[in-house]
Amino acid sequence: MEIFRSQKKPTAEAASNLSLYRCAPSLEVRLDDFELYAIDRLRVLKGISNGLSRGKRPDEMETLVKELWRTNMRHPDVTQLINKDLISHFVLRLVYCRTDELRKWFLSMETTLFRYRFRLESPESQRMLMAEFQLPYKALNYVEYERVKDKLTQVSRSISQSSNVDTIFFKVPFEEVPELVANRRVFLLKGNAYVAMNQVASIVVSHFRSNLSKALVLTNSRKWTSTIREQEKDRLTPIVEALGSSYLGPDYSQPMEFTDISLKDIDQLANTSFPLCMRHLFNRGVGLNLENALAFWRAEFSQKVGSERFDKEYAYTVRHNYGKEGKRTDYTPYSCQKIISVTPSVGDHHGCPYRHFSEENLRAALSKMGVGGRAMDDVMDKVRNRHYQLACTMTFETIHAASCDSGINHPNQYFIQSRKLLEPKGQSLS
Amino acid sequence: MNKEESINEKDDMQIDVHAPGNQQLNKDSHEFSFDYLKVYYGKLFPYSDIFRWMSYGNDGKHPACDESYFSRREFSFTLENDVYLRFQSFKSATDLENSIKEKCPSKIDIGPVYSVDPSKRHAYVQAGNNVFTPVERELVFDIDITEYDDIRYCCSGSDICLNCWPLMAIAIKVIDTALRDDFGFNHILWVYSGRRGVHCWVCDGRARRMSNEVRSSITDYFHVYKGSENGLKKASLTGLALHPFLARAYTDVLLDYFERTLIHNQKLFSVEDRYVKILDIIPDKSVASEIYEKWQGNKRSSTSEEGRWDQLKSMLQSGKHKGLRRCVEEIVFSYTFPRIDMEVSKHMNHLLKAPFCVHPKTGRVCVPIDPKHCDDFDPTFVPTLSLLLEELNAGGVRMDVENDWERTSLDQSIRFFRSSFLQPLMKSCKPNN
Repeated sequence: MEIFRSQKKPTAEAASNLSLYRCAPSLEVRLDDFELYAIDRLRVLKGISNGLSRGKRPDEMETLVKELWRTNMRHPDVTQLINKDLISHFVLRLVYCRTDELRKWFLSMETTLFRYRFRLESPESQRMLMAEFQLPYKALNYVEYERVKDKLTQVSRSISQSSNVDTIFFKVPFEEVPELVANRRVFLLKGNAYVAMNQVASIVVSHFRSNLSKALVLTNSRKWTSTIREQEKDRLTPIVEALGSSYLGPDYSQPMEFTDISLKDIDQLANTSFPLCMRHLFNRGVGLNLENALAFWRAEFSQKVGSERFDKEYAYTVRHNYGKEGKRTDYTPYSCQKIISVTPSVGDHHGCPYRHFSEENLRAALSKMGVGGRAMDDVMDKVRNRHYQLACTMTFETIHAASCDSGINHPNQYFIQSRKLLEPKGQSLS
Repeated sequence: MNKEESINEKDDMQIDVHAPGNQQLNKDSHEFSFDYLKVYYGKLFPYSDIFRWMSYGNDGKHPACDESYFSRREFSFTLENDVYLRFQSFKSATDLENSIKEKCPSKIDIGPVYSVDPSKRHAYVQAGNNVFTPVERELVFDIDITEYDDIRYCCSGSDICLNCWPLMAIAIKVIDTALRDDFGFNHILWVYSGRRGVHCWVCDGRARRMSNEVRSSITDYFHVYKGSENGLKKASLTGLALHPFLARAYTDVLLDYFERTLIHNQKLFSVEDRYVKILDIIPDKSVASEIYEKWQGNKRSSTSEEGRWDQLKSMLQSGKHKGLRRCVEEIVFSYTFPRIDMEVSKHMNHLLKAPFCVHPKTGRVCVPIDPKHCDDFDPTFVPTLSLLLEELNAGGVRMDVENDWERTSLDQSIRFFRSSFLQPLMKSCKPNN
């Protein structure tokens, strides 16, 4: 068994456990591990995704990532830790390379994971990783530093960081740190960005991100299944595909506990348990949108409404939405993340209201739902800071007078948690 | 159509092309006609200068020259009947000249340099993924005065006058300085867009080769506006200090223009709804209403606009009220800071109108602007087609000039284009640079 970590041989002391995932490992992997490792990593990424949508601060994220990694990525055999990291990463690459949407999510979560793992590394191994990325940045010497030190202090004050006189600064072509430039977090002089040691992460991370982004596109365009043996393909394809469809938390395509929904209940349900985005869609009153809403809820909850009847009445919409009949099972419910990222065009009534409504409309809609006073201000505050899912979570908490620790990540989850709170178990809706 | 006819036609209309000052540009639609434009393209348009610029040194005999370079550049033409021709490309200056003369486009746009000749892009489609892709593009900026409609009261929409031109001058100064001092660019061309704004072309090799991500980051660096409140696009400033770029813009340009020019030009503190809009920026409503009442009660008194601004400043900076430290700066930024059209700058394949085009609505030529003297630039004195033709005609048949434009007001613009932009650029362009 051979471990292919990087071109550079790690020296015993400083060797970091953080991989840049440049090459797929040539390891023999048991089929069970193939799947289990991937699921463990998925738990980490999912946890990160939750943390981000809860609007956690960087220091909270750091703790979270550390914790997620520790609980999910351990292995009874210490020598296998690195392999587990590598294998799980590359398996998920296969899973998440297949569409733009999946790539975007994976790229974002893996990059976040990398960023915080990098921060947790010792300065020594951070420097080694920089070297692995071939970032030959020279630290500012004393004379150079003296010349610009006032500006450097000004920058750190502008981003509300205490300036540390001992900080080492690197002079870097500004093209290499677009993120820092965009947020004015560096001093720029004649095409160079003056990057503090603690910002180096940003450079390394942006290299990591762009490498991974390219790799994902490549993995997809190479059609990985065509490059492996036939028998492997048969074994691995189902696993990869299954991993892909279970990618966001609970599986909302299965019948739920609250399946006793008939059409006549929907009005009432909309008032008590729909998240704002679904109320909006539902309440806009235009026939087609009502049907859309019904189709949506049907696909998710109303297995018992009677598929036949539903199809008869709403087949047009279904056909319209999917282009052809019989495709309806592909109607994957949108997660909050997806809804937020979609910009509705004029005349559309979907999208995340917290993000897409004007402040006025949002206030009106919220007060209709029974949000007011302090709670309203808190929600609007989250909206202004672009924490749309948090705003939705707070709305939920206000209306239900209960806390929602997991945060709202999916409209269906909102609904289910609402039902759980509003009706004692076993009781039907009507 | 020959020149004589066009000039006669113009004389019949008795256009006073020298009308001074404040005339509104859009009313001048009689300054433009396709017959005039034909003469302009026939005698005045500086083809060879555009060609040399767009070749970036690849038009020489040097073995390192990339001969295909110019021909991979996209040009787009808007024709008289609003037909839009994209992906035009040309082998040489003559090729470019002939096509423009033949088609007489009302607008010429310049796009990126592609990996392959854009007019033959279809031939490469079968060849595989992404063969046809932009590889080089000047970093460009587009600033429209219409973006400032919430803070200017002299004009609205596409109109521009000497009272609101200072907003453009501010944008030019702030961005030009940052491009040079912060980003280290040297080859920067500012151009009047012919009607309501200015364009900027950053032509250093380094700028032309930037990825979209880097372009976005520069665009964001220049962006301080965070949504709009009460109909005002509000600048949002946070942190204990201003970033050096913003601090320099503020002390060197913004504050000065605000206090010496805009307060007076736009009557920001003498008209009630205007100063109410400013007071709305103050987060502490009790402070805002205190000042408001003071000024209301003072109606008959002679408190000047500058006096009111001083009052407001000292109130906000007195330190008596928490959270107002940034407020003076936020007011000044909101009323002065450049408002660029971000989308234009973020992507390599965004088209931008070529310099020396003629704006069909105003008949004005898109002439270069000297950023050092952008205060003195008067958009209402920019040469129009009819003026140029008149000058051409009045000059008679002079044999002592090499080019026809030397007998017109365009002379100055072309000389400036060459001396301050093209020549230094050529000097820096080793082949393939």
